[in-house]
Amino acid sequence: MSTSTTTAQIRVLIAKPGLDGHDRGAKVVARALRDGGCEVIYTGIRQTPEMIAEAALQEDVDVVGLSILSGAHLELFPRVVEELKKRGVDDVLLFCGGIIPEEDTAALTKLGFKAVFRPGTNTQDIVKFVYDNVKK
Amino acid sequence: MDELVQRFLSGDRRALARIISRVENGTPEGRDYVRALFPHSGKTHIIGITGGAGSGKSTLTGALAGEYRKRGKTVGIVAVDPSSPFTKGAILGDRIRMQDLTLDPGVYMRSMAGRGALGGLAPSIADVVAVMDAFGFDYVLIETIGAGQDEVEIAGTAMTTILVNNPGTGDDIQALKAGIIEIADILVVNKADHPAADILVSQLQALLALSPAGSRRPQILKTTATKGEGLEALADAIAEHYQYLDESGQLAKHREEDARHQVLAITRQIVLERIRAATPDEELEALVKRVAARELDPHSAAEDLAASVLI
Repeated sequence: MSTSTTTAQIRVLIAKPGLDGHDRGAKVVARALRDGGCEVIYTGIRQTPEMIAEAALQEDVDVVGLSILSGAHLELFPRVVEELKKRGVDDVLLFCGGIIPEEDTAALTKLGFKAVFRPGTNTQDIVKFVYDNVKK
Repeated sequence: MDELVQRFLSGDRRALARIISRVENGTPEGRDYVRALFPHSGKTHIIGITGGAGSGKSTLTGALAGEYRKRGKTVGIVAVDPSSPFTKGAILGDRIRMQDLTLDPGVYMRSMAGRGALGGLAPSIADVVAVMDAFGFDYVLIETIGAGQDEVEIAGTAMTTILVNNPGTGDDIQALKAGIIEIADILVVNKADHPAADILVSQLQALLALSPAGSRRPQILKTTATKGEGLEALADAIAEHYQYLDESGQLAKHREEDARHQVLAITRQIVLERIRAATPDEELEALVKRVAARELDPHSAAEDLAASVLI
């Protein structure tokens, strides 16, 4: 059974922090990354920052993508980053998407998010972003 | 490497997660971790949970882990979902059904992609389970990819195999067929709040009544995993099965069979890798073209390839 063929797929966690229950966007992104050859862990809606960070640790992902539509990104995303740091998960590629005003981009970049994807983004751009920026 | 192993042995979950990735990717470094940690394994009760897609395996796995936590035991979970045969990508969605366990320090849950392995498991599953065993969990639960009629490999790795059945899916001829049903140590009828649950239970009982005399008949249990019903009885049945394995000598036999299987599977892989390394791509392509054109049969072509290394 341990026919160890050497393969290393990029592992991505797609997570939705907070209380908004709309995950169409998260699912579309997950599907695009799957079709791009990534192994995508999707944890479902209504995740706390602690749950997201713990899932990232246990799954040893290379990338964490957060989706949010509620407007609470400046409230919740710093807490996700803090929980990741608390667990020593400091080398993952971070990106986010959803309904996020342009003027918040600088704050998110400062937090460590390498990209912010908004409605209308071509999913291929997200796949390309992941492959171009992941530390493998 | 030593530093990560030290952290692993002192119970650091991030070290566990890191090591599993390396082992899963089958790198030479990954194999070194298995070598270092294998001597620490062999104490865990490994339980397999299999059944069709949508039968409730993930929910049942989560609920069973919850029951073990109530009993003060620690649990490692490996849940396998399929990889795309074309892009090698995968959606791993089993955590969605196990949310309550995420922040429990007594549970570690890992999603794995099948990466093209047959049998509802992943190529490196035995190594990954050995690593989780070495970490010291009381139980390791392996949830397979949604299985059909013939994905029986789980019974090689798991000591106790649970087959999850659903009411209202097929008549009693399905239960009569050979294959996956024969490897079940415990039969669970999940979604037992369905009106047809009792019919399925009696069909399974009738089937087991035809088992050869003297063979151990699996227990049939009803669960409604979404409501947490039937889990105590399931955990008791699992404990009873383990006791039977231990006292009958079957456990030692199982360990030997699993070891034999692993040694031969790894040997096969090493031989294949050596042959591939010793064969220029053009040589392989030339053989492939001749076989495709029916100038050569595949057996002779394979013997040609193997001869370069084995003689």
